Amino acid sequence: MGGFPILSAMLLVPLVAAMACLLVRAGTARSIALVATLLNLALGIALWANYDIGGAQWQFTERHEIFQGFSYALGIDGIALLLIVLSVFLMPICILASWESIQKRVGEYMAAFLIMELLMIGVFAAQDMFLFYIFFEAGLIPMYLIIGIWGGANRIYASYKFFLYTLLGSVLMLIAMLWMVNASGTTDIPTLMNYDFPVKAQTWLWLAFFASFAVKMPMWPVHTWLPDAHVQAPTAGSVILAGVLLKMGGYGFIRFSLPMFPEASAQLMWVIFVLSMAAVVITSLIALVQHDMKKLIAYSSVAHMAIVTVGLFSFNVQGLEGSMIVMLSHGLVSGALFLCVGVIYDRLHTREIDRYGGLSINMPHYALLFMLFTMASVGLPGTSGFVGEFLSLAGIYKVSTTVTLVCTTGIILGAAYMLYLYRRVAFGEQKNADAAAMSDLNLREWLMLGPIAAAVLWMGVYPESFLAPMRKDIAALDARLSRAAPSGDAHLVAGEPKAEAANAMPEGVGEHEATAEGAH
Amino acid sequence: MDYANSLYLTGPEVFLSVSGLILTLLAAWGGRPSARYTTILAVAALFGAGALTAQFLINDAYSLGGDAFGGLYRMDAFGSMAKLLIYAAAIGCLIVTPRFFDKGTEYRPEYPLLVVFAAVGMGMMVSAADLMTLYIGLEMSSLASYVLASFARSDGRSAEAGLKYFVLGALASGILLYGISLVYGFAGSTSYPAIRAAFDGGLGTGAMFGIVFVLAGLAFKISAVPFHMWTPDVYEGAPTPVTTFFATAPKVAAIAMTARISLDAFGNQVDVWRQIVIFAALASILVGALGAIGQSNVKRLLAYSSINNVGFILIGLAAGTAAGTSAMLVYLAIYVAMSLGSFVAVLMMRDAAGNQVESIADMAGLSRTNPMLALCLAAMMLSLAGIPPLFGFWGKFVVFQAAVEADLVVLAAIGIAASVIGAFYYLKIVKIMYFDEPAEVVTGKSDLSHWAVLAICAIVVSPLGYLATKPLGVLADRAAAALVFAG
Repeated sequence: MGGFPILSAMLLVPLVAAMACLLVRAGTARSIALVATLLNLALGIALWANYDIGGAQWQFTERHEIFQGFSYALGIDGIALLLIVLSVFLMPICILASWESIQKRVGEYMAAFLIMELLMIGVFAAQDMFLFYIFFEAGLIPMYLIIGIWGGANRIYASYKFFLYTLLGSVLMLIAMLWMVNASGTTDIPTLMNYDFPVKAQTWLWLAFFASFAVKMPMWPVHTWLPDAHVQAPTAGSVILAGVLLKMGGYGFIRFSLPMFPEASAQLMWVIFVLSMAAVVITSLIALVQHDMKKLIAYSSVAHMAIVTVGLFSFNVQGLEGSMIVMLSHGLVSGALFLCVGVIYDRLHTREIDRYGGLSINMPHYALLFMLFTMASVGLPGTSGFVGEFLSLAGIYKVSTTVTLVCTTGIILGAAYMLYLYRRVAFGEQKNADAAAMSDLNLREWLMLGPIAAAVLWMGVYPESFLAPMRKDIAALDARLSRAAPSGDAHLVAGEPKAEAANAMPEGVGEHEATAEGAH
Repeated sequence: MDYANSLYLTGPEVFLSVSGLILTLLAAWGGRPSARYTTILAVAALFGAGALTAQFLINDAYSLGGDAFGGLYRMDAFGSMAKLLIYAAAIGCLIVTPRFFDKGTEYRPEYPLLVVFAAVGMGMMVSAADLMTLYIGLEMSSLASYVLASFARSDGRSAEAGLKYFVLGALASGILLYGISLVYGFAGSTSYPAIRAAFDGGLGTGAMFGIVFVLAGLAFKISAVPFHMWTPDVYEGAPTPVTTFFATAPKVAAIAMTARISLDAFGNQVDVWRQIVIFAALASILVGALGAIGQSNVKRLLAYSSINNVGFILIGLAAGTAAGTSAMLVYLAIYVAMSLGSFVAVLMMRDAAGNQVESIADMAGLSRTNPMLALCLAAMMLSLAGIPPLFGFWGKFVVFQAAVEADLVVLAAIGIAASVIGAFYYLKIVKIMYFDEPAEVVTGKSDLSHWAVLAICAIVVSPLGYLATKPLGVLADRAAAALVFAG
């Protein structure tokens, strides 16, 4: 792209569009927002297409010294690339999801979403620690407004909780950042990723960052803002919250905690493991007894994020890759599930599970897509969920078999609550006449759910497209972590590879497909 | 003694004093109808003084500063920068005032006069290099302030505010004088460099008492906890333009004066006063945050907010370094824009009959009845809370950076965690304006002059402000260098 500042352009497009949205009427604002997000999607695709896999670690870099104390420095590696693509992919879908359901103060709503998009891209693209912090924190304001103005009945409480929880987490991180910059003399993230802080200080710094990322992630027991925020946020707000905002926590761990404080990460690994194990089991059990669909999916998000954290702290390539895939997959799948809830919420204006039933009879297309996303959330092979969860758990097995055991239990529970949800909503008899009279997906809803379905299958069938861009970065991170990596209790020994496949016939005739076709 | 040089170095004060005297004559002969012209001339005088000060600040020939009148007065970059902020705040307040009083007949030419004389006093405060100059400057600005507080003569609350301010201010002056006399007794001089030299070897108990009393008296002027009690009452009772003035210009002057006396006169006894400042800082942050939560009057709420902000500024002072002083000045500059903006926004809220709206509940749904005003006020609130990308964050950022660099990590961590409590009530205002159903109370139209001041403040506070970080940082660093290494 011959020096074209594509990342700045991706920041500028939503900014200009947001300003424009504030000044025009509702209908125009919708169109402006859609065009701007599609334009950013196009830029995102261009970014991916031009990303040189295996090239320099940091690409598309820009740097301008226009501030005192920090610089306007942008640049991405493979990890950031994929998260940016995820963000720009979900944005137009969010705008479509709000097309009809948002009727009051449309211009401001669209502006808030576009600002949100700007800040999300900024978080993933920032190469300066304080620039990162500004983008990271600034996201609170639009999200606060989105929940508070366009949310449900109990929106005020949820918006406060969201804001103050995340703010408290982040301010401690700011102090840690100031200390780091004071000690190392640089604000440049790539430099800091290879800077060795004293081990004793690392513990404190790690804890300060942990306070912020654990809330954002969210990890048990500081997850309680998430169900409230989700339930009260409008559909598109939930999609962005689950799809991208939660990934900021994971991104923070992978970008800051792990490479900057490897020793502290190894030392405090148990904190992550204990909290994640608790999260997987407890939140899955809580999800099992929910009557509100959004709440159920929100709790399932907490459980999935726990798989991400254990994978990240497994200190090996599988775990890290798996976590990234779980994050991407969860971004798509939970986003899609919230959209599915939104589709029927728009028709009946309730999220109460018992008010629905037998939707597969009158909404077959909807039931099919909902099934696909349910299965992806469960982690069925062939969907994106399987790839990520399998890799994460394979990674963590090398470190602790116990943790693997507990987390796998969570996956079984996940299958239980998701299938239970699906049964109650889509199968059974049509108890309520109004639910039975609902029409199937319209074109707008197909346009929202179809692309996500395609992406979920793509990631499930050929994950290499997503693994390739970040392979080198994960390897670099793994090398950085190797000096602190724990030995683990699995003691795996690599065996001698066999000359032929285990299921090879003696004569080599009648090739048998070993895929898990019977899983349906 | 070279009088010409001394008079030149005190140019801004001399110029303002002469202008003030001329304006007095104009006001005496012109009577009430001349109020408008007097205001315009006062603004012009402040601009003139600002130009003189800016020239001292920018011109490299004065980079070392200079002593006037045998060391009673010191012209340096620190004082000049503080003075620029004071003049800017005073100009902003004067511009918004006449239209505020339009409805009644209370506006008089004395008002701009008092602001000009207060500015003279404040200029002396920040440039004082001797306890006597300091006291005279302080009293001069305070006396003007007492009158200003009770300027709305027909309003009982205003009279009450003036009286309270006067009584408590006199008490604080007494405490300060007592401290000054102790310091003089133990140091044998009232000049800052001489005090610094006298305290070089160590402090006796008496001298320490002196320092404590001086700081207590100054804490009253900057409304730091535990000497903050007058602030909410005075801010609520005084007419809103006067409150705007109190929250900005005198605060800058008092803080700059405190910084100069702490770092210059008591500069080699940092450990003695640091714990006092740390206590006052943390207590101010906490009391400012907790006290604001229950308020239903927006001016009282902003009063607590100013107490809260003083706490953050004092963290910069507690660092006791050049970086800390520079951070204080940056914070002050941003604080002036934020306070000016928020008070002007409050000033603009009028009901259909043109009366002031001060109740927070009446601001409900402002975002729908008056979206621009709500947007500006929301930006001010979130900026005061220190949420990026608004510029208020930068003030907190530099202050905490200085604290961390001075190894006060724990102080910084506690301070910043307490700022989250403060965020709660700033959010409450945003919530009331944006989430609640419109109360349809604020319907009155606002004057262009109000919009102009608000717009300037809003631009400073918006993310565009970050483009100013470099020049602001350079100026503040130069100002801080003049102070910390002086004497």
